Amino acid sequence: MNRGALRAFVVKELRHILRDRQTLTILLLMPLVQVILFGFALRSDVRNVRVAFVDPAPDYATVALEARFRETTRFVVVSSGRTMSVVEPLFRRGDADVAVVFEPGFAEHLRGAEPARVLLVVDASDPNTGTVMQNYARAVIASYEQELPAPKGALRIATQTRMRFNPTLESVNLFVPGLIALVLTLVSALMTAISLSREKERGTMEVLLVSPLRPVQIIVGKVLPYLALAFANVVTALLAAWLVFHVPFRGSVLLLLAESIVYALVSLALGVLIAARTTSQRAAMLGAMLGTMLPSTLLSGMIFPIASMPGWLQPVTNVIPARWFIIIARGIMLKGVGLPNLWRETLILCAMAVVLMAASVRSFKPRLAS
Amino acid sequence: MRTLRFLLRKEFLQIFRDRLMVLQMIIMPLFQLLLLASAATFEVKSAKMYVVDRDHSSASRGLISRLQAGGRFVLAGASSSMSVADEEMLGRRAAVIVSIPADFERDLVRTHMAQVQLVMNAEDGATAGVTQSYAAQIIASYAREIGVSIAPAVREGPSIEVRSRGLYNAELNYRDYMVPGILVQLVTVVGTLLTAMNIVREKELGTLDQLSVTPLGTGVFIAAKLIPLWLIALLELSLGLLVARFVFHIPMRGNLLIVFGAAGLYLIAALGIGLFVSTLASTQQQAMFVTFFIVMIYLLMSGMFTPVRSMPVWAQWMAQLNPLKHFIEIMRAVLLKGAGVTDVLRPLAAISAFGAVVLTLAVRQYGRRIA
Repeated sequence: MNRGALRAFVVKELRHILRDRQTLTILLLMPLVQVILFGFALRSDVRNVRVAFVDPAPDYATVALEARFRETTRFVVVSSGRTMSVVEPLFRRGDADVAVVFEPGFAEHLRGAEPARVLLVVDASDPNTGTVMQNYARAVIASYEQELPAPKGALRIATQTRMRFNPTLESVNLFVPGLIALVLTLVSALMTAISLSREKERGTMEVLLVSPLRPVQIIVGKVLPYLALAFANVVTALLAAWLVFHVPFRGSVLLLLAESIVYALVSLALGVLIAARTTSQRAAMLGAMLGTMLPSTLLSGMIFPIASMPGWLQPVTNVIPARWFIIIARGIMLKGVGLPNLWRETLILCAMAVVLMAASVRSFKPRLAS
Repeated sequence: MRTLRFLLRKEFLQIFRDRLMVLQMIIMPLFQLLLLASAATFEVKSAKMYVVDRDHSSASRGLISRLQAGGRFVLAGASSSMSVADEEMLGRRAAVIVSIPADFERDLVRTHMAQVQLVMNAEDGATAGVTQSYAAQIIASYAREIGVSIAPAVREGPSIEVRSRGLYNAELNYRDYMVPGILVQLVTVVGTLLTAMNIVREKELGTLDQLSVTPLGTGVFIAAKLIPLWLIALLELSLGLLVARFVFHIPMRGNLLIVFGAAGLYLIAALGIGLFVSTLASTQQQAMFVTFFIVMIYLLMSGMFTPVRSMPVWAQWMAQLNPLKHFIEIMRAVLLKGAGVTDVLRPLAAISAFGAVVLTLAVRQYGRRIA
């Protein structure tokens, strides 16, 4: 019926958003900063491993091995001593990561029949890094061992590895799709919930109610500007990822944008639903954080792989929209697959959108009436 | 002093009267701790393996069953067509394709050397790297093992035996590492966010203007605002530590007094940031977003998820100015390594310096805004 009223309402809502420069700046900057942080600073590879040597009786072999460690760019030698007692405080203060402990008579054993022994002591308080550092150290020792006169007749199976979809193992490639989900959730769900509940808190919702606008129109008017904002955010994040970090775009960009809109609708519906159930801004914020932000970051596979989660938690992740969106986004961007491979995930997302939107419109009406 | 006491009482009453606030302070962080501690793991448990065996020999079958034996690789399917395997990978039903060429066994017997191809789904690079190193280890040990039966050559070269020991976390339990960091995150979010929102709410309601025309000094007002939240954050930490101890069995090797001392100092910095944000924001929504933004950057750059030393140099310098990084370092050192005060002097000094600077700046900024 009254198209004009809806338009006026959308314009009013846009002015609200545009007037609050501070929030707007943050909303527009956030995806950029995140992409840049994720791209430059967050690396899961391990560099500058600090190594300490414990060599009770230095001989040519141990000196040669130490030199090997010094030559690599991965290791930084921080201390070299005769006894273990020097190393322990280093570990406790966090000044050393790996200690290489030689047995006395290392070179002698190397010539004899018995194997020469080395002990690697690794700071494993971070299990991931610990494992990686240990593997690096083993590789250095193995390369030294291989240059010694080789045993005859040993069998070798050469493994040739191909890393598909992300050959350089860049973590930014993995994070960008998740980041889009996070930004969409933040803008759509959190902002909508707060903005709606602010009208409630201030009593302006009643004014809206007695206006000729229908509840659905109020929701649409509230949601449209945020949808636009979310869309702008997705585009900036994608551009930054593409221009600065050369994140691959193997699939259809149009499909990705379309899926983003579906996901944004799911989040917006959640935001409206939360706002309808709460009465204050703080409650809405709390609900939005607990109900959308937290699960979308932790349980979506964005940062932590779902396959690593405990068995009881894995089925829970199925109800989280971000999980499906991230599968879709990664599939399109990194694998270059299209709907034939992603129809199931897309269908789930669409179903969630329909159900949640119906629920949010329904729950909004009686709340307004009461 | 007397006014401070009254104000403190008012603050406490106000905080505990508000059910929502209590929920936000107690339930949400604990919920988060439980969830995060379960979900936050990069540990690679098992990978779905698709086998393309073109050799069908006892050696190739042996290799496959060897890969499955450790439980690290679960057979998702097998065929002799690479394109079928490819389709399985695109459909996310397989994470690794192990391709064994024809003549695998013959090559092993004749030339003592054979090829195996591994195709990894490297979307998640870190996981792929770990899975690949597991596979390489298993394949190498299999090669040594069948070497004895196929070519019982005398091993006569020199060899180095490497043994290793993981300090502080021998079972490589990821949770032990993450929980101290998560506790820091929770205390930070509660401290910073509540401070910012609490003061901005008074602004929004107009009660801040009322307070500023009373004879109260700025210092007294700020102290009355910060002390309750400081105490609540410490209470939060105690609750979190209890959960960590009794639910997750996190080792606590060091002196807990150091943890609380460091937390007390750290919270001055965290609350200072909240106070600073509150002077900039005029609505709760703004306060929340600014705090969120700052805490997010601090958190990502703190070394909680990825090691600081892997970051580029500029990011490492930024991390030095990050109180979260230092506090996480202290928590991990004290809880996991049993570090004493002398071991953590450096980060402690950094935290104290940061706290002093931030609080001074925030109080000055606050005075300027009100005046």
